[in-house]
Order: sequence, then structure tokens, then C-alpha cells
Amino acid sequence: MTTKSNRDGTFSYGRGRRGQHRTEEFRKVNILMKVPALKDGSFTLAESIAILLYLARKFKTPDHWYPSDLQKRARVDEYLSWQHVNIRGKGSKLFLTKVLLPLLTGQPLPPEKLESVTEELNIVLNQFEEKFLQDKPFIAGSEVSLADLVALVELMQPVGAGYDLFEERPKLAEWRRQVEEAVGKQLFREAHEGILNAKNLTADKIAPELLEHFKHQLLKQAS
Amino acid sequence: MHLPQNGIINISGKCLKLIKIPFTLGKTIPFALGKNSVYLNYSTAILLYLSRKYNTPDHWYPSDIQKRAQVDEYLSWHHANIRANAPKTMWIKVLIPLFTGQPLPSEKLQEVMEGLSTSLKQFEERFLQDKAFIIGSEISLADLVAIVELMQPVGVGCDIFEDRPRLMEWRRRVEDAVGKELFFQAHEMILSVKELSNIQIDPQLKEQLAPVLMKMLK
Repeated sequence: MTTKSNRDGTFSYGRGRRGQHRTEEFRKVNILMKVPALKDGSFTLAESIAILLYLARKFKTPDHWYPSDLQKRARVDEYLSWQHVNIRGKGSKLFLTKVLLPLLTGQPLPPEKLESVTEELNIVLNQFEEKFLQDKPFIAGSEVSLADLVALVELMQPVGAGYDLFEERPKLAEWRRQVEEAVGKQLFREAHEGILNAKNLTADKIAPELLEHFKHQLLKQAS
Repeated sequence: MHLPQNGIINISGKCLKLIKIPFTLGKTIPFALGKNSVYLNYSTAILLYLSRKYNTPDHWYPSDIQKRAQVDEYLSWHHANIRANAPKTMWIKVLIPLFTGQPLPSEKLQEVMEGLSTSLKQFEERFLQDKAFIIGSEISLADLVAIVELMQPVGVGCDIFEDRPRLMEWRRRVEDAVGKELFFQAHEMILSVKELSNIQIDPQLKEQLAPVLMKMLK
């Protein structure tokens, strides 16, 4: 089974769920307020990592997604825990700064600001390549896992904001290609349709409460 | 309680490891826990690894997938919230001044305390609620991971439990479940962290790390 999570919290399933009843409802808030949530009967769960792990266990997905081998699994956990404030943190910061800040302020983005968030992202990208990916095709080794999925999904945020971080990073580009292939190119594209159109976002398309929320977040981060 | 002592001591001891090797990432899997540059961010992965390897009692990371998911949910939220704020109190009050030779402006601490307050509110309302522990009636890795971070502000004199009776009750329960002696042993370093201010740091190292540490505050 292939699961794919995308920015707006919908999960698509590949083949292999024959006869399986779809018991979950996914609350799609919107592309920007990405709060994936899962409802399975009366059980609700938030946090995309927790959701992915729950699904992998519940549907007994192929082992490579979350390997039973202790050490491989630890590699996945290692990445999933590191990524919160690093890839995810810096990737979304770039997205918010590049796409949202101008929308909120009505002013063009000062180049120094963009430069500094880009630099922050580049630092974690280097760490990602050197410490997590290294010379392996995937984070946990020779097979794709939840770690790669989560990583790539987060990296699509800055790409959606117009920063093609894969351009000058051939190793990363190759890794991306392999993850896309493992997931299925069409499914991948479908899942990222929204984020890849983020550049066309205008302020009127965003709910006012959301704008407030992001304003607050951006101001915190921008200091 | 069968969780290996190493696990707890290393989680709390990460504070010192930060000083020694702030920005390297532990490459190796932590089965040689004590020595390796086991880095802060991996503590969740380490705990999970240990609980599996040593077949710790089920409640730490329940086999029931819904209870397990609740632990995962907390562990995931924790990073950008409690863990993003609580340790900064220690950085601001002790560790950074150690390297820069100067105290930091009080607004910095205030900012962090406000962020921490918000996280604590969410912690109480969303995760703890009226339960004894995060996932219910039994302690799990989630409580351990939370308490370890929350002891850091306590160690530097920002007692976040003081005006939060529900949180304080939870802390007492966690101490009891872990074992008071083990708990305090594990937090010895953190609770006496102010004494670090008296140690001598190589001036070259000071010069190197001071700007980097300041950036960490952002």
C-alpha cells in the first residue's frame, strides 16, 4: 500500500486496499492551515507523523515503510524526530516568508529577508544530505520509508514557494526522483497540486482568521 | 520500572552534551549511549529504540495502536512546542552567558516564558486534560519526554509548576512512577545547572561558540 500525505491533509491510497472499508475521514482545512487530522470511528488523531504511523500499523503496510528491523526503524525515528524544527521548520518558514509575508504586508519582500531564510534552509539541507541521506538511496537504506515521504513532502513547500532547492543539489534531485517513483509519479503529482500552485495565492483567498494566525507566526519568526 | 537507567540519564544529561558538541549530529545508532554524540534531537528515537530493544513494560509505548498513536501524537507536537521553549530558559539564564560572559536582556527570557506559557496551556488542555498521565491512567514515554524538558526551567529558577497545580500533580505522579530517587538522580545536573556558571571555558571555544549560541535563540 502506498500512502501519500499532502499539504492539505488528505491521504491518498494506492492499490492494495482491496475490500478495505474506508473508515477514516480526513479533515481538509485548507492548503495553508495544514492541520491533518484523522478520524477513525470515535478515535481522533492529529499530528501528521502520528497519523502516518497509525495508518502504517493499522493497515499493516509493507515493512519498508516503517521497518521492523530495530536499527532501520531507529533511523526512520531519528529523521522523523530531527525534521520538526529543521527541514519542516525551515521549509515552512521560507514558504511563509516568501508567499505570505508580502500578502500580509502588501509590500514586496525585502531581499535580505529572503536571503536569510534561504540560508537557514540551506544549512539544514546540507545536514540532511550529509547526515541522513549520505550515500544511500533512501534515509533508512536501500528502501523508501516514511522518513523519505515526510522529508519530500516538507521540501515541496519551499519548491511551491518558488525556491527550487533541487536545482543545484544533484544528490537530492536523484533522491527525489526515486521517492517519486516509489510512491508513483501520478499520485505524487496529485498530492502536490495544491502546494505547487501556492504562488498564485492572493490574500482574498485566505480566511481572515488564518491571515491573523500567520501574521502572528511570521512576526515571531521574523525577529 | 525497567527502563534502563542510561535512557533517563542521557535524556537529562543532554544538557551537558550540548555544551561539548553543540552542532554535530550523532551518526551512529545509540547502542553505545553514554559515549556517543547522541544529539538532543534524537532523544525520542533513542527512547523508542531502547524500549523495543529491552522489551520494556508495555505502558511505556503501548502495543494498542490507538494508545500508541497518542504517544506519537504527543512526541510529534512536543518538538515545536515544549521543546522549542523550555530549554531556552536554560540557554538564556546560564549557558549562553557562560560563553559570552554577559547576561542576556530580560526581554529575551520574557519572550521565551510567554511562548512556554502558551505551550503549557495547550499541554494541559489538549494532552493532559483530566487524566493522570498523557495517554490515560498509565505513564508512557510521552510523560517522560515532557517532564525532562520541563525540569529545565525549574533548574534555572523559572518554576513553571508553581502556579499550575494540575501540572504539579502530574509531575508528582511522574516522579512516583519513575521512582523519586531515580528521578532526582537523573535531574541532578539540571537542578544544579547554575553551578555551571563557575566553570572555566577555554577562551577560544568561547569566542567560537558565542555567536553560534546567540543564533540558536532565534
